[in-house]
Amino acid sequence: MPPSWSVLDFEKPIAELDDQIAQIKQLTAEQGEDRSDEIAVLEADRDRLIEEIFANLTPWDKTLIARHPKRPYTLDYVRTIFDDYTELHGDRLFADDHAMVGGIATLDDRQVMFVGQQKGRDLKDRQYRNFGSARPEGYRKALRLAKAAAKFGRPVICFVDTPAADVSVGAEERGISEAIARNMMEISALGTPIVVVVIGEGGSGGAIGIAVGDKILMQEHAIYSVIPPEGCAAIIWRDPTKAKEAADALKLTAQGALELGVIDGIIPEPLGGAHRNMEAAARNVKAEIIKALDELEKLTVPKLLEKRYKKFRSMGAWAEGEAGESSQ
Amino acid sequence: MAPAPWFGRKAQAARKTARKSVDALPDGLWTKCPTCGEILFNKELEKNLRVCNKCGYHYKLGACDRLAMLADDGTFAEMNADLHSVDPLGFPDYAKQLAKFEERSKLTDAIVTGTCEIGGVPAVIGVMDFAFWGGSMGGVVGEKVVRAMEHAIKAKLPVVMVIASGGIRVNEGLPGLMQMAKTSAACAKLHHAGIPYIVVLTDPSMAGVLGSYGTLGDFIISEPGLLTGLTADRVAAQAQVIHVPDNFRKAEFALEHGQIDRIVPRRELKAMLVKLLQFCCGQPEEEEDAA
Repeated sequence: MPPSWSVLDFEKPIAELDDQIAQIKQLTAEQGEDRSDEIAVLEADRDRLIEEIFANLTPWDKTLIARHPKRPYTLDYVRTIFDDYTELHGDRLFADDHAMVGGIATLDDRQVMFVGQQKGRDLKDRQYRNFGSARPEGYRKALRLAKAAAKFGRPVICFVDTPAADVSVGAEERGISEAIARNMMEISALGTPIVVVVIGEGGSGGAIGIAVGDKILMQEHAIYSVIPPEGCAAIIWRDPTKAKEAADALKLTAQGALELGVIDGIIPEPLGGAHRNMEAAARNVKAEIIKALDELEKLTVPKLLEKRYKKFRSMGAWAEGEAGESSQ
Repeated sequence: MAPAPWFGRKAQAARKTARKSVDALPDGLWTKCPTCGEILFNKELEKNLRVCNKCGYHYKLGACDRLAMLADDGTFAEMNADLHSVDPLGFPDYAKQLAKFEERSKLTDAIVTGTCEIGGVPAVIGVMDFAFWGGSMGGVVGEKVVRAMEHAIKAKLPVVMVIASGGIRVNEGLPGLMQMAKTSAACAKLHHAGIPYIVVLTDPSMAGVLGSYGTLGDFIISEPGLLTGLTADRVAAQAQVIHVPDNFRKAEFALEHGQIDRIVPRRELKAMLVKLLQFCCGQPEEEEDAA
């Protein structure tokens, strides 16, 4: 039975049915009575309920799912998607940032480099991972690894899952702005295929520091935003409690991002979100990564770089001239 | 006979209080320095490039004043002046706000770009203006910056960017955020082509603009005392950052921690730019001919 803190409000009816099913299953096991029909009915009810609830998720609900305490994190995907992986540490300059992980891995018949922000599961782990907020050394580690990958002709897979970059005094001292800017600049010209998957929170500058690539994908219930809805509410309306309205206005869902032309595709999640079936979620992510790599590896490096530049070059909206001809 | 009202202790005290309050002074003639409280005669202040003559506080400078200060007289030619913002998200009140800032600042968006000569060196220049929506970067700023850089590559001219920005314009959402990647990618092209790129930080130089083309210059110089950092205070307060040093996110902090090359007072800014540009591009030919 999941502890109550890891159940979102709108998930409660689902959790209740889950509990009932679990209880009946336990009773069956203890008393040897066959109640599989009853279980099947309840499970069908539950799945219908999930479908109903998930068909009507608001952007704010999605924000909560993206931050779900049970949502799979970067290393969960790394362990499931890759046949084997070896984590590599440190930025060679200052420290090893535990909020950013990276290393080499085998993806079927490919050798790849992976990088990604890592959140923690329990209190201690969360502090160790700095809540998934990478410091300058994290971005520099990611860049170092990505460059090594390019040197040896290996593709890079970026998993994005961060509330924001670290805002501590130390991060400013060591040049967090420069680290993020340099990553975007150098990765934009890195001669190897790069696939970015936003698996949870795509938090602003913290996300985009490792989110420049050839294919930008988002999981169905992930979010990607210029600012967390709470922060947006604080800046625009000077009232952090208006986060729900801000989430609506920001179009921060995967569907919103696709509509805005910022991402290339949405990776479907299993019924009820990635946290209800980690294996199925990872299978979908793996399939999409392989599909993207198959496509990108057909391009020559100059063509790849030209397409990558054009992709980001064309982003953003503006109008030109009196006629108000707009481009997006 | 009563003493003249401008004599005596009472009158002196009254003058002292008056000096502390701009409201007591005739409109539009005086400005009060926000750091030292000195009452400054506006004409003097303009003459001093809007720097307090007592404590050296640097007032924010609009794009026009900044260009007048940096570009050689009559050499500035604006590029892409007719770009203006649209509302990619359908964000509440965005169009209304835009109209308000357009009217108030007499600008079309938060940056003015063009070509000019600086101390005789031809250059591409971009100057941001805080008066237009806090100098925030949306689609127009990103596009103008990239076009300026692409022009510089084609024309083989150095680039000078004067930053004055609170960050990304959040009302433009994700496409706004992407301007960071877009401008950074253009910086990669710029450096690849061997084009000199000089960044001038002015108050404030924050967040998404600092975290993209604002820190990617070959040289980064900064006016004194300005605010610079990745997170705005209101966002940091929301994230509950408690313990901070006194000069945190100030130019002096950035210098101390190796983030910028130099702090340059406004009066010396142009001379410093000329010096750096000449280092990158050599002496302008006309000058040599004249000599």
